[in-house]
Amino acid sequence: MKKETIGDSLRRVDGRLKVTGGAKYSGEYEVPGLTYGVLVPATITSGTVTAIDSKAALRAPGVLAVITPFNAIKVPGYQPEAPTRIKGLKLFNDTQVYFNGQPIALVVADTFERATHAAGLVKATYQSQPHETNFHKNIEKGVSPQNNKDYVRGDVNAYKNAPVKIEQEYMLPSEMHNPMELHVTTAFWTGDDKVTLYTKSQGVISSQRAVANAFQLDAKNVQINSRFVGGAFGSSLRTWPHEIAAIQAAKMVKRPVKLTLTREQMFTLVGYRPLTIQKIGLGATADGKLVGISHESHSQTAAYEEFTERSVNVSRFLYDIPNVNTLYKVVPLNVGVPAPMRGPGEATGSFALESALDELSYAVNMDPIELRLKNYAETDLEKNLPWSSKYLKECYQKGAERIGWSNRAAKPGTNRDGEWLVGYGIGCGAFGAYRSRALAKIKLMPDGSVNIKSATSDIGPGTATSMVLIAADILNIPAKRITFELGDSSFPVAPTQGGSATISSVGSAVHDACIALKQKLNALAGKVEDSNDDIDYAKVLSQNNLPFLEITQESNPNEEAKKYSMYSFSAHFAQVYVHPLTGAVKIKKVVAVVDAGKIVNHKTASSQMIGGTVGGIGMAMTEEAVFDDRFGRYINGNFADYHVPVNADIPQLEAIFIDRPDPIINPIGTKGIGEISLIGVAPAIANAIYNATGKRVRELPITPDKLI
Amino acid sequence: MNQFQYVRPAEVPAAAKAFTKGPNTHFLAGGTNLIDLMKMGVVVPERLVDINHLPLKKIEKTPGGISIGALATNTEVSIHPLIKESFPLLSLAINAGASPQLRNMATVGGNLMQRTRCPYFFDTTMPCNKRVPGSGCGALEGINRMHAIFGASDKCIAVNPSDMNVALTALDATVHVTGLKGKRAIKFADFHRLPGEHPELDNTLQKGELITSVDIPVSPYNKNVHYLKVRDRTSYAFALVSAGVALNIENNTIQGARLAMGGVAHKPWRLTETEAFLKGKPVSLDVFKQASQIAMQGARAYEYNKFKLKLAPNTILQALTTAAGLKA
Repeated sequence: MKKETIGDSLRRVDGRLKVTGGAKYSGEYEVPGLTYGVLVPATITSGTVTAIDSKAALRAPGVLAVITPFNAIKVPGYQPEAPTRIKGLKLFNDTQVYFNGQPIALVVADTFERATHAAGLVKATYQSQPHETNFHKNIEKGVSPQNNKDYVRGDVNAYKNAPVKIEQEYMLPSEMHNPMELHVTTAFWTGDDKVTLYTKSQGVISSQRAVANAFQLDAKNVQINSRFVGGAFGSSLRTWPHEIAAIQAAKMVKRPVKLTLTREQMFTLVGYRPLTIQKIGLGATADGKLVGISHESHSQTAAYEEFTERSVNVSRFLYDIPNVNTLYKVVPLNVGVPAPMRGPGEATGSFALESALDELSYAVNMDPIELRLKNYAETDLEKNLPWSSKYLKECYQKGAERIGWSNRAAKPGTNRDGEWLVGYGIGCGAFGAYRSRALAKIKLMPDGSVNIKSATSDIGPGTATSMVLIAADILNIPAKRITFELGDSSFPVAPTQGGSATISSVGSAVHDACIALKQKLNALAGKVEDSNDDIDYAKVLSQNNLPFLEITQESNPNEEAKKYSMYSFSAHFAQVYVHPLTGAVKIKKVVAVVDAGKIVNHKTASSQMIGGTVGGIGMAMTEEAVFDDRFGRYINGNFADYHVPVNADIPQLEAIFIDRPDPIINPIGTKGIGEISLIGVAPAIANAIYNATGKRVRELPITPDKLI
Repeated sequence: MNQFQYVRPAEVPAAAKAFTKGPNTHFLAGGTNLIDLMKMGVVVPERLVDINHLPLKKIEKTPGGISIGALATNTEVSIHPLIKESFPLLSLAINAGASPQLRNMATVGGNLMQRTRCPYFFDTTMPCNKRVPGSGCGALEGINRMHAIFGASDKCIAVNPSDMNVALTALDATVHVTGLKGKRAIKFADFHRLPGEHPELDNTLQKGELITSVDIPVSPYNKNVHYLKVRDRTSYAFALVSAGVALNIENNTIQGARLAMGGVAHKPWRLTETEAFLKGKPVSLDVFKQASQIAMQGARAYEYNKFKLKLAPNTILQALTTAAGLKA
């Protein structure tokens, strides 16, 4: 029988369920007595709610309750005396309005349509205050975040005195995660102190903790289910106030409550990649050796909560630069709080760094790849540690071959194909390779099948598929005899799916659990512990009169890892066509070359790379949450006007893996790819557009008006 | 969404009659725009007259050209052999709009009635003279990147979002309507209005009038045509600027030209002066460059749409050169 091994291409184990509608998402659970919650958003941008008239709403058919700051039961974790106080917005806890769209009431009714109708009948009276939502006007009010350390290595003025100097400003607008699946939470209490949720979550254990803290419950009395997630991109990394509100509402109406956000509400209530302005000062010798860099970043955050990301950090380590200083500030405004979005910080930072480097390449008249090779970082100068593994040079080489880099014209605007201008660009990415504690429970059944459980998530990469492949490899049995379950907080503890670390962390736990099971079976079969002999697992069980065999294995990062700097690296290459009259851009090809250690499952890894590249194309070309400061509101809070790329925008995409195991990070040698699939795509495209046209666009997205 | 009456007549006269009672009645065809507007609270009908069962779906040859039933879907029109052969510009324009799913539902009559995509019109918390006369124009000093450069007023700078309309105005179509006072025909160029003092009125229909067909006269404009739409993403995005161009070329001379633009005005913007300029001229890049400048007479931009002053003539130039088969 064919046995799969790590490095194969295994089809998604839940693919059939997903394409046949058998996969059940959080919004699809019917609980007896279910009611529906619809939020009422504030229509002022700063101030207080002075009164809410719910009479008409309460008279409307099917309405059970209108929950407001004036009648809501207190959420214990919101109160100042709570031992672990919930951070961020506390819905219905007080009357303060921090941003336009903040929910000020929740209508609960027996159908979604009736709740929606009644929500429109709730009339609020406000005391408005002047609001501050204009990032550009308020940039001087930027503050250094708590725990932020601005960074200096060497001489802060070095770049200014260098023979060649690039000083530019780069702007990224706010971008919404916009997963296809809306955020939905169904909450129901199964006792006075026991609650169950079906909710969109990237981490059922962290959701469990957050809910337990909010309602001061024993964590074991909080059951979180999130088996299938229809995309998240970081928007479900935390438990949001509306999820707490659904639980609160379920307590008040004494029935299960399902709360679904609208697409428009997802522009204000579940985070976004924040509007960021970055200043780069880059100094080099005439022959392209980097002398110094200054990277300053200002990002917007909410007036009620500080959000930070690492947009400047990439400049500290990606290249061999003796003198580095970085500065990071956040600008609090009357807006919803941002959240990590795929490639958080690094995607923003690398747009500025990799664009500036491209500008320098033209200033010193040097091929952009050569410039990168000349400044290749052989060690991590920020941490002063060796890399655990780094094959970025190989990424450059393979990518250049695949994109046809030799066809790139050194002089911009000189390469034509008919009416179209042709250009090539490169952008690099790096993201920390992480591993944290994870547990997995493995169970061998009498028929020889294996079930593995871990409280991890699958927001799209195909977590279960990769875990099955790891188990098939170690246990030396066919993948189809293995099942993997996730998204249930009663399973063994696993970290939240974020930071590209699921295979590194949970995959290691699965790896270790399989080894432990195999050792036990070898012992039962009278073999040496680490024997690789083919043994019949079912037979071993029956011979030993065992109904099943179950092991829960904990897996932890190794101490050795502290001696190394661990990153995944990527180099993205783009070929673009630009129409000189209309500014239309056709991206002809993108090649992503990735050093992410050992690739566990090539099929799902390629898909993940392609998905991230599409996200990067959106960042480069189409995505922008447009805000009108006068009203404090987004004017494109829908899928017609907020442009995620469509199929017609996406060319042939190719993912190439270096596929060499990292010797340090974990037993499989795999680093992560979730973030680096996106980091570096936008500058690769912007740089290709410059190469085609001679127009340097420093404000994303690159829409046609910026190119004519 | 408020409660509303729903009626589904089987005959045209009954549909028009449904307007005699009840203050706020709307016809429902494909619903691709109206249902959205109802969900957003932008339009709050008290009665919907579902016209989908009326016999208005035919696309047929007439002595003078072709007649397209008001309920023919955008897809049916764009793929119809008669249209592709005689009026390819219309096919191209329709296919440049929306998405296949929407085009499968959207009707020709409905497309004519499509409301603007101005964000201030769509958001009921913001001022909009089109939605609430007298409330002000949110776009005038707002984010007006998508807005008009021709024929706007200080009451409204919104644009007509349709691609199909651009082709229909260029092709000199006629809109046939039936109302309480009988039937009449409206020249396409007179169907949509400029905003003036009354941006709440998109068109010149009288209360209760129902579009029954759109007729297009036979013309020689079936060969050298092009519809060029410049937009923020390759599909499913409204035009920054679009140009519909049809040329009648004989012996390298332009015997006649039809030009219209989308994304630039409150109505599909026919360029009659540019057409007159082109008539009798030779096919040449220079002529097209001059034409594209003539097309811009009277243009006026706002804070965020200044780029259209350059993009619009560029788009016309490119559309003309493509239609004529010239290399730019």
